[in-house]
Amino acid sequence: MLYARYVGVSVRSQMQYRASFVMLTFATMLISGLEFVATWALFDRFGSLAGWTLPEAALLYGLVNMAFALAEGWARGFDEFGQMVKSGGFDRLLLRPRSTALQVAGHHVQLMRIGRLAQGAVVFIWAATRLQVAWSPPRVLLCLLAIAGGAALFSGLMVLQATFAFWSTESLEVFNTVTYGGVETTQYPLTVYRDGFRRFFTYVVPLATVTYYPALAVLGRSDPLGSSLSFQYASPLFGFLFLIVCLRVWNLGVRHYHSTGS
Amino acid sequence: MRPYLAIVSAGVRVMLQYRAAAAAGFATQLFWGWIRVAIFGAFYASSSATQPMSLEDTISYLWLTQALLLLLPFRLDSDLVAMIRDGTVAYELTRPADLYWYWFSRTLASRTAPMLLRAGPLLLVSGLFFGLAAPDSLSALAAFLVSVGAALLLSSAFTMLMSISLLWTIAGDGISRLISMIAQFLSGSYVPLPLFPQWAQPALALLPFAGLTDTPFRLYLGHLPLSSFPTAIAHQLLWTAVLVLVGRLALARGLRRMVVQGG
Amino acid sequence: MPVIAVENLSKTYWVSERAPGTWGALKSLVHRRHRAVEALGGISFTIQPGELVGYIGPNGAGKSTTVKVLSGILVPSGGAVTVLGRTPWQERAAHVAHIGVVFGQRTQLWWDLPVIESFDLLREIYRVPREDYRKTLDELVETMALSELLDTPVRLLSLGQRMRCDLAAALLHRPELLFLDEPTIGLDAIAKLTVRNLVKRLNRDQGLTVILTTHDMDDIESLCSRVILINRGKILLDGTLERMRQLVTTERRLVIILADESTWIDGVQARVIHRDGARLTLSFDPDQISAAELIGDITSHYPIRDLYVEAAPIEEIVAQIYQDTHT
Repeated sequence: MLYARYVGVSVRSQMQYRASFVMLTFATMLISGLEFVATWALFDRFGSLAGWTLPEAALLYGLVNMAFALAEGWARGFDEFGQMVKSGGFDRLLLRPRSTALQVAGHHVQLMRIGRLAQGAVVFIWAATRLQVAWSPPRVLLCLLAIAGGAALFSGLMVLQATFAFWSTESLEVFNTVTYGGVETTQYPLTVYRDGFRRFFTYVVPLATVTYYPALAVLGRSDPLGSSLSFQYASPLFGFLFLIVCLRVWNLGVRHYHSTGS
Repeated sequence: MRPYLAIVSAGVRVMLQYRAAAAAGFATQLFWGWIRVAIFGAFYASSSATQPMSLEDTISYLWLTQALLLLLPFRLDSDLVAMIRDGTVAYELTRPADLYWYWFSRTLASRTAPMLLRAGPLLLVSGLFFGLAAPDSLSALAAFLVSVGAALLLSSAFTMLMSISLLWTIAGDGISRLISMIAQFLSGSYVPLPLFPQWAQPALALLPFAGLTDTPFRLYLGHLPLSSFPTAIAHQLLWTAVLVLVGRLALARGLRRMVVQGG
Repeated sequence: MPVIAVENLSKTYWVSERAPGTWGALKSLVHRRHRAVEALGGISFTIQPGELVGYIGPNGAGKSTTVKVLSGILVPSGGAVTVLGRTPWQERAAHVAHIGVVFGQRTQLWWDLPVIESFDLLREIYRVPREDYRKTLDELVETMALSELLDTPVRLLSLGQRMRCDLAAALLHRPELLFLDEPTIGLDAIAKLTVRNLVKRLNRDQGLTVILTTHDMDDIESLCSRVILINRGKILLDGTLERMRQLVTTERRLVIILADESTWIDGVQARVIHRDGARLTLSFDPDQISAAELIGDITSHYPIRDLYVEAAPIEEIVAQIYQDTHT
């Protein structure tokens, strides 16, 4: 499978710089750790948030960070896409009989993101044990689906960010705010936000569907917003849907490139 | 001086070309401002204890953070990074101007222009509609503006250090990422510094990062009385000087090392 | 059945304009203006299988635009193009699986990895069956003398070595058509010869159709039987090198090595264009005086040690053609 080969290539290529790889992984872990410290500091000061305790928020945190880490691992190749278009390297991708999105993703698989993945997992496990979650196969599956759906969603955002490079020579740094900000936002229960935002995070950039709603099902909490259990279980699928939409936009970008050259 | 000014003005012109990015940036930051105000509002509502900063002040702080977000040392100059990666940075050595200040000017330009572009509309809109309070006094406003200027220098010095660290680790930009995140965190962009636990406050005040956004914001809000203004500015400038010195040293060493190694 | 059939191909780019300076930059924030640039103005040609065609023109003439259209990267504004029976930009994946492209200035190999791993990755990308790949790889390695290079990371290769590897990489999937864009740029004399010989062999032995875009006229002279000259989006000439020469001038050159350095040649139907000690370069028009007559004339009056006849250098021919079309 082509993607597996890309992973192998990236691994071998990054292993050549072993010291910096270790440092980067460590840095990634520290960085995501810092974000949790911020959350912790706030709970330390205020005690609770909209009826949620720190461990409950930590569960959300763990889900979102694991999803984000996976997306960062495999879709960060899109970060360098702007450079690629500028230097004309995208032409080479078009000259190969493969999906351009796959090639861009494959050209830089970032292993260091394991740092965030590990950190997110640690927080998640801590939260789950503190809360004494009653695990059942559906709940485990739901968590996995939420993480996968979240990874798909974040990947979609990264693809979308890169797609902008087709139209402008400057990359939209704001997208980093969307992705990192998105991580931060969905660490907190959706009830904190006003109606407009809730709708945004459920239907436009459906982050809530890969964090809040699945978490409700896992925690066995009732939803003041009135979602049903079946919705909570099915919601991660929206993450995948989002990715598909983003890939469509990507294809539009490729078409634009086709008619205007570099 | 002339060449540096020319560089800064060229940088401004380049930045002004990207209006789509500017518009999108504005919308996004407005968005995140709302989000954070909501989060903090909910936190404040969950506790009846008195806080070191009122909710109104916190809201202003949050909006100021959004408006001046681009001040922070996020991104490195990607052209520079690419140059270091493939070794063409050696050609920079052939330029007559002092290398450090040449790059510094570029960095300063790439910080200042986007920041001003984004800050203006955001300050206006959040001030009119979303809870950004007026500055504590006219002199507080003046103090704030001066402090922002110093913060820009400080931020550029940070960015320089991060870029220079690339001369030491080829593919690794772990240091720069780390510094960037730590800087953001400890400058109050995640959690306003006054809201950190009490025991952390002295350390936070000492570190250079507070000078990036926290100091100007506190001057704006009147939390730092005008009598503290000289000390505050001195703190920012002193740290800037330290970082510049370290940066210059690291650059000289790093380039020598690179030349010896053959890139 | 032609490999390439181009009919009335045209391409117009839209370039955004703004007034210079900072004020112009601010203005453009509010209002953008656009200007049309015609890169190709209706060109037509066909290429038969097995041809080795040179595609030349000054910078900005439309060469790379043409190649981009032919390789499927760019969609034209008008005209019809068929390459190997397909319309390149409409069937991108199918089309690119049958062509190879080498950019002289940019390698397609993975920088940090040994050459062989790049090749393996390309095998996967082009979905080449294992046995075919083995066979093709062995052939290419032998032909291009790559066996010592296979385990070397690409970043450690010299330019000449990298070019050979890039050439091989472009052929791993056995394309029927090869585009070469400035393949000898930056190479030393030996490497240039090697690359030229390789291309000649591939064209001759395997019937590989080759389109060569280059500024190096020696490449053209040694490789191409046919040349297409393009300038400002229009084809100026499509024919053999000889024909190109004739279009401009039938002028021939006679190079003489005199026995005696101090001799001055006078009164012959030829013009002295260059003198370097005993070596003299004369220009003459074979319509006015044949080479044989001129040689006879000179040798009967002056002591000569050596002489030879050559055609005007291609660079001058081409420059002349460009100049002519500008006036």
